[in-house]
Amino acid sequence: MIDKRPQMNTRVLMTGNESIARGLIENGCSMALSYPGTPASEILPAVAKWSKELSLPVHVRWAVNEKIAFETAYAGSIAGLRTAVSMKQVGLNVASDPFMSAAYMGVKGGFIVISADDPGPHSSQTEQDSRMMAMFAKVPVLDPSSPEQARDFMALAYELSEQYEVPVMLRPTTRVCHGGQDIELKEIRAEYRSAELDRDPARWAATPNFRLTLHKKLNEKLSAIAAHTPTGPRLLNPEIRSSKAILASGVAYAHVQEIAKDSGLIDNIAIWQVVQPFPLHKQFIEDALNCYDEILIIEESMPVIETQLAARHMVKGRMSGFIPQAGELLPDIIEEVMRRFCGVSARVVPEPAVAGGQKPRLCAGCPHRASFFASKKAFPNAIYTSDIGCYTLGANLGAIDTVLCMGASIGQASGFYHAFRLSGIYKDIVATIGDSTFFHSGTAALMDAVIQDSRFVLIVLDNSTTAMTGNQPTPACGIDACGAAMPKLAIEDVVRGCGVGFCRIGNPYDLPGFIGLLKEAGAYAQEKGVAVVIARYPCLVDKRSINIKTDRIELRVSDLCNGCSYCINEFECPAMEYDEKNRRAVINKDLCSGCGVCIHVCPSGAIKEVAGNE
Amino acid sequence: MSNTPERQQIFLSGVGGQGILFITRLLAETAIYRGYRVLTAETHGMAQRGGVVVSHLKVGAFSSPLIRPCMADILILLKRDNLGQHGIYLRPGGSVIVNSPSNIEGAELFRMDASAAAREIGQPKSMNLVLAGFAVSVLNNNDRMLFCSPDDIRTVLHKKLSGRGKILVDALSAFNQGVCCGERKNNG
Repeated sequence: MIDKRPQMNTRVLMTGNESIARGLIENGCSMALSYPGTPASEILPAVAKWSKELSLPVHVRWAVNEKIAFETAYAGSIAGLRTAVSMKQVGLNVASDPFMSAAYMGVKGGFIVISADDPGPHSSQTEQDSRMMAMFAKVPVLDPSSPEQARDFMALAYELSEQYEVPVMLRPTTRVCHGGQDIELKEIRAEYRSAELDRDPARWAATPNFRLTLHKKLNEKLSAIAAHTPTGPRLLNPEIRSSKAILASGVAYAHVQEIAKDSGLIDNIAIWQVVQPFPLHKQFIEDALNCYDEILIIEESMPVIETQLAARHMVKGRMSGFIPQAGELLPDIIEEVMRRFCGVSARVVPEPAVAGGQKPRLCAGCPHRASFFASKKAFPNAIYTSDIGCYTLGANLGAIDTVLCMGASIGQASGFYHAFRLSGIYKDIVATIGDSTFFHSGTAALMDAVIQDSRFVLIVLDNSTTAMTGNQPTPACGIDACGAAMPKLAIEDVVRGCGVGFCRIGNPYDLPGFIGLLKEAGAYAQEKGVAVVIARYPCLVDKRSINIKTDRIELRVSDLCNGCSYCINEFECPAMEYDEKNRRAVINKDLCSGCGVCIHVCPSGAIKEVAGNE
Repeated sequence: MSNTPERQQIFLSGVGGQGILFITRLLAETAIYRGYRVLTAETHGMAQRGGVVVSHLKVGAFSSPLIRPCMADILILLKRDNLGQHGIYLRPGGSVIVNSPSNIEGAELFRMDASAAAREIGQPKSMNLVLAGFAVSVLNNNDRMLFCSPDDIRTVLHKKLSGRGKILVDALSAFNQGVCCGERKNNG
């Protein structure tokens, strides 16, 4: 038994992701795995931080993808340990295969699946609701409304998971993950168990016949969980008798609570927090339908609670159309909905301003910008498939036609090749994928492209980090989540191992040389098969790469500049600005990284390196 | 809801890379240091690559992490272009602090060219702290209620960056640069 009490009762500022990590640590999680994805990325590093600081025996690792993270953590649970896996909602799509089966087989040690949703979406491909995935898998899900509650729910989740031998999902949303709150640290009283395998092939290797038995058992577990008191709905204002009620979950409940207090609605209408949206507590469903005439359900992002209340004529929510069916439920939307439901006049607020302002761009000096520029130069009329990461911003540069999901650049390139081949058209096809994404789900697609005899150029944008999500290490870095050395993989070895005959490495900062390399790859692809070029240069915002960035130069715009703005509009370097007075480009020295790629980009050759005596 | 030091809503807005997260957390930690409850909401992900980013900071008894339109007591704009987009969050009688090189016609606000001031002290990337110093000082000096004083922030900076040597010294000097400017400034 490890007993570590915080030094004093101080409240510290913690994000929701840190609170979730703290909850895992406080409750004796022995294995935590993840693959980075906004808004869940900071959970694992916080687990790593505390386990390191407190010298706790926790296995904390980034996995190659969410499916493998899930399977690894799940095995730890089968062996009796408390474990957890964290990911973003689309990561759960990748891990959905083991998720569905793990529900049937159940767990030994407590197993928490943290799947963070992103209503909005702020930084995601979809607004999908992981709670719907939990319902689909028949797994209970808890929906915290604040960072503090997220931490507190970890204890509930582990108890629930162990009592019913079932995986439990914690579903935070962006506003919980990236919310911050003052939180009092609780003591860590963790019993770290010894791993044991209870050999039971009928369960852990169940054939279809046994799966039916497991399915029936799961249904029994769900019935019991729908009566599990600690996760039951909580009434905010028990003294209120009303014919109408509001049910809310997640951060929507936090908004509802505040709006109800500000507007006085708290004195008129029963307000419930649904802690466990699935399975909804059976007795609660009965009581709610008996006690109230009308029920408003406020939840993100899909109608999970609403679906489980069968009396449609009494229920208003996202499914009934009373609440907008897409987009984040911002508090001003919720306020309007609550007032409409309660028959109170709306607060007059100005029209929300249209989103606008400066759009995201690749950073000044980003090596991806050079790679995309080279790709357009080498293959001006190609089909460009791309992938998920910072480099999706290459779309601004006109160097991306498609982005579907993690790893799809390669399968789509393959598909476009065959689609056009059938029409007798042989176009250049260029796929771009980041290094982390390549490991995540590019390798299987690359093997497939080789055996399908597809012809395209694949550029692996290797900046030695998972940049978009906060510079987590990739399998090529040889650094684990705690910063310690670990075995590493070389992208070129993996590419060659996939059966690719052309694999070369180039530095995109050497723009003319890199364009030449791409053309060679293009010629190979036309004749023989998939050609891979690894564009290798470290990310400039990655703190680990600072020591290698020594090749910086000072630049100036000479009188040759005719103000065409190609460097600003086509190359889109944030350090290039337009000087209205002199009608020419100027370099913002605060932003310029000194990569010097623009020297080769300017059509007039106006950008020069500052000579020693200037 | 009236504005009191015990209950304040502060909306911060800028673009990715300006260090908005750092000053949001600094203000939040100062609120905790002063004994207040605090809620924040941050922007992460794609927008951090130079796009528009906002932070919500609520000091006192709140449950929602987000500020509704017309409810912010204070608007801190690291980029003046965002005024059009985010001005609607300010409540009537609230205060606006803005980083801008030139005067903004027709608007009652506290303006400072924090970018230039940061460059002057050789720390172009510390514009965020300069503006934070300006905001805290100008609000205190113009009888606009704020939950903390410049000294509170300095104390928290010392705690937050203890043992970080030059980083702490630079942070304090950037913050003080803003405070000085705020002490000279009247509304307008």
